[in-house]
Amino acid sequence: MAASVETVEQVQSLGERYKYGWSTDLEMETAPKGLNEDIIRFISAKKDEPEWMLEWRLKAYAHWQTMPEPKWAKVEHPPIDYQDVYYYAAPKLAEKPKSLDEVDPKLLETYEKLGIPLKEQEMLAGVAVDAVFDSVSVATTFKKKLSEVGVIFCSISEAIQDHPELVRKYLGSVVPYADNKHACLNTAVFTDGSFVYIPPGVRCPMELSTYFRINAENTGQFERTLIIADKGSYVSYLEGCTAPQRDENQLHAAVVELIALDDAEIKYSTVQNWYPGDEDGKGGIYNFVTKRGLCKGTNSKISWTQVETGSAITWKYPSCVLQGDNSVGEFYSIAITNNLQQADTGTKMIHLGKNTSSRIISKGISAGRSAQTYRGLVRMGGKAEQARNYTQCDSLLIGETCAAHTVPYIESKNRSARIEHEATTSRISEDQLFYCRQRGIGQEEAVALVVNGFCREVLQQLPMEFAVEAQKLVGISLEGSVG
Amino acid sequence: MAQEILSTDPYLARFNAAKAGLPGAGQSWLSELREQAAARFRDLGFPTQRHESWKYTPLKAMKGVSFAPAGGTGQSASLDRVPSLLAPLLPESQPPLRATLVGGAFRPDLSSLDGLPAGAKVEALGALLERDPGVLESWLGRIAAEGGDRGDQPLLALNTALFDDGLVIRLGRNVVLDRPLELTLLGPLGDEATQLHPRILIVLEEGAQATLLEHHFGYGDAPVFHNGVSEIALGANARLTHVKLQSAPASTFHFATTHVTQDRDSVYDSFTLNHGAALSRLETRVKLLGEGADCHLNGAYLLRDRQHGDITTAIDHRVPHCTSKEVVKGALDDRARGVFQGLIRVAPDAQKSDGRMLNKTLLLSDKAEIDTKPELEIFADDVQCAHGATAGEIDHHALFYLRSRGLPEARARSLMVEAFLTETVEELRAEALRPLLLERIRDWLGTRHDDTPGKGEQAA
Repeated sequence: MAASVETVEQVQSLGERYKYGWSTDLEMETAPKGLNEDIIRFISAKKDEPEWMLEWRLKAYAHWQTMPEPKWAKVEHPPIDYQDVYYYAAPKLAEKPKSLDEVDPKLLETYEKLGIPLKEQEMLAGVAVDAVFDSVSVATTFKKKLSEVGVIFCSISEAIQDHPELVRKYLGSVVPYADNKHACLNTAVFTDGSFVYIPPGVRCPMELSTYFRINAENTGQFERTLIIADKGSYVSYLEGCTAPQRDENQLHAAVVELIALDDAEIKYSTVQNWYPGDEDGKGGIYNFVTKRGLCKGTNSKISWTQVETGSAITWKYPSCVLQGDNSVGEFYSIAITNNLQQADTGTKMIHLGKNTSSRIISKGISAGRSAQTYRGLVRMGGKAEQARNYTQCDSLLIGETCAAHTVPYIESKNRSARIEHEATTSRISEDQLFYCRQRGIGQEEAVALVVNGFCREVLQQLPMEFAVEAQKLVGISLEGSVG
Repeated sequence: MAQEILSTDPYLARFNAAKAGLPGAGQSWLSELREQAAARFRDLGFPTQRHESWKYTPLKAMKGVSFAPAGGTGQSASLDRVPSLLAPLLPESQPPLRATLVGGAFRPDLSSLDGLPAGAKVEALGALLERDPGVLESWLGRIAAEGGDRGDQPLLALNTALFDDGLVIRLGRNVVLDRPLELTLLGPLGDEATQLHPRILIVLEEGAQATLLEHHFGYGDAPVFHNGVSEIALGANARLTHVKLQSAPASTFHFATTHVTQDRDSVYDSFTLNHGAALSRLETRVKLLGEGADCHLNGAYLLRDRQHGDITTAIDHRVPHCTSKEVVKGALDDRARGVFQGLIRVAPDAQKSDGRMLNKTLLLSDKAEIDTKPELEIFADDVQCAHGATAGEIDHHALFYLRSRGLPEARARSLMVEAFLTETVEELRAEALRPLLLERIRDWLGTRHDDTPGKGEQAA
């Protein structure tokens, strides 16, 4: 109740503006616009990468050129001009900062505006943040404390330098370079991202978090995240994203790979609030992301939670490959689209091992003239004895001009596997609204209340810090769509 | 990029060679329709798994077989080889009302259409096209194309280009058929691989009512490529009960595309039992064009050995206040593969639409496979749409209960499967036709192979 009142207040206070729509003026170092082998060599050289990395990038680039644009998603956009993008943009820094105190104060201010004051976070929240500003990771807090327990949390570029054996072993093992067009592009040009390694038996002492932000104009952000949870370990990872308000469409093609070994658990939460474009659909981020987790070991678990409110176009299917026996995959999602946003999102649960189980809870809310699609795959392999899946995807429609689609693919090759799938589409019931209004709750607040209730199952999965933010976002994203 | 699995060339060559001799060839509208269809088929090619709608149904088993046109062989085919003359499905309906096609050709000698009420016409398509083709101009090919059907349908195009016979059922205003019309489609009886493209057109004018019992079967083991198309137009308040039994022999590749348009307050109540053919695909596309239209697409699939059966449906709510309900269940044994694809689409402004879809599958063997894709595509907000899907094996607790009451395991299992499938038969509103379907289901269960439980079950 309190949260919904807050939501409404937030909506009113914000008026019609995207909260994170400012940009920071920083001197940027960019590679020339466009994409060719030289750019890839440039990026690789900038990062001082070993030869095998460069080779891998070039192999991906060569393959990328042969791949057609994926057309199967229910999203519409003009063809992407890959030559009109800067593939490398980094704040100009004389030296690499040794600690937070050396980081450009302007940068830190940016994060503060985003609600992620790094220093404060360090002091109060105890959340370790790896902040990615355009293409380079500017600061990684709490590194020291984490290293005491053996946790490696750094940018992927550093990991390539410092832990090549781990990177080489796991990078591309879950999402191969030729997986899909966007992942392939990412492999060729990724500039930074986070790397996490949790050693055997360690429960990561704090929530790890990355805050991505696209600042420069015409920049694509291609980050690459790799998380490895070794035997018996646990980690919870948070990812948040925002971008300044610009008229052009910006491209974001990220790849996230998770690997959970025996008895390990990874919880990955995302609040995605990239700039969605204005009311007429001008501008906004194209968010084409490949996220996949591999439950490699027995009894391992990977859980995805996402709150997708931003981006002009979202194309994202966080997936789990349940390879180890008894492994568990979870997917909790809230996707909210308003105005002319388009989202084609969902998950894949690939059951390979025995007694594997997965649970999918997807809540889609479409408002304005937006279109949203849940697209999911549940596959039971021939050896997935006694595997279980439960899927529930509900769509809520607000307004006459929005659209909601559900496209589940269910494939079972094992008779002992049990699959249950349910989906509903409806609008907020008049009865519920009437009940609220009868008790003196205003129309907008009543809608926020019902919507928050609709999303509750997923919101509950989020870590505390994110849950509050997400609840507010739910209200903000729907602003102007009711009443 | 796309690997063409089956070549379109023999079919296009046949079209070019045969078009002057196809029924109604002198009619410019029909020639145009056929030419367009042939061009479309040429452009689309045979469907491959790269076509989203054919993702789960490969045609590779048909590769390398050269199917000769059935031509008019059905007209003269001797029925000596058929063990008994086609027994009526509903012996109690006297005198029986039936139309028979053999090898896609209408056989007046095997049909009995006496006693049709005034205003009801049941005629051979080929003969009608020769005699009075004009009456078909506003229907043939138009129902399928109504409002621009999305989705590539190369097989529909192929049928339009090549059909040479079939059946036309027309019921005038408020004409009611008091007995079910049995439509028997017997496959070709020759020894060579044969293709046939029968076309059925059903037009029920305002207030007309009919029950159609369509039965596909055959004898022999020559490969058959059956590519049928039915077009059904239901006028305001019209009501059609349509039961279809697909029991083609194991050497058949059976494809059937049914297009239905429904006007105001019309009812289409259908049930499809798919248990024949090596490879089958029954695709039904319904367009609800008048307010208050009500559509029921129910069905069951019973597959075994290496059978592949695909039920694909699309229900398009174009206008407000329509309802649709779909319950499709199946049991898959041995190495059979079942496919269910269902789509409910609600157009912008089609408010107060109510669409429900349910697909449930029992896997009876370790090697069986089900692929299901229940899809919702909603462009209006004031709607109630839902779908559900499950897949799994027989409930062990229920099985245990029955066995503890002294039922042998095999009997208990078949009882469970029967109960599971009976639920869907009960969705059919025409109660008189239910026993017929239940009997088929029992027959199928009665001929199941040895029922030794696999090791997967014991683990439970």
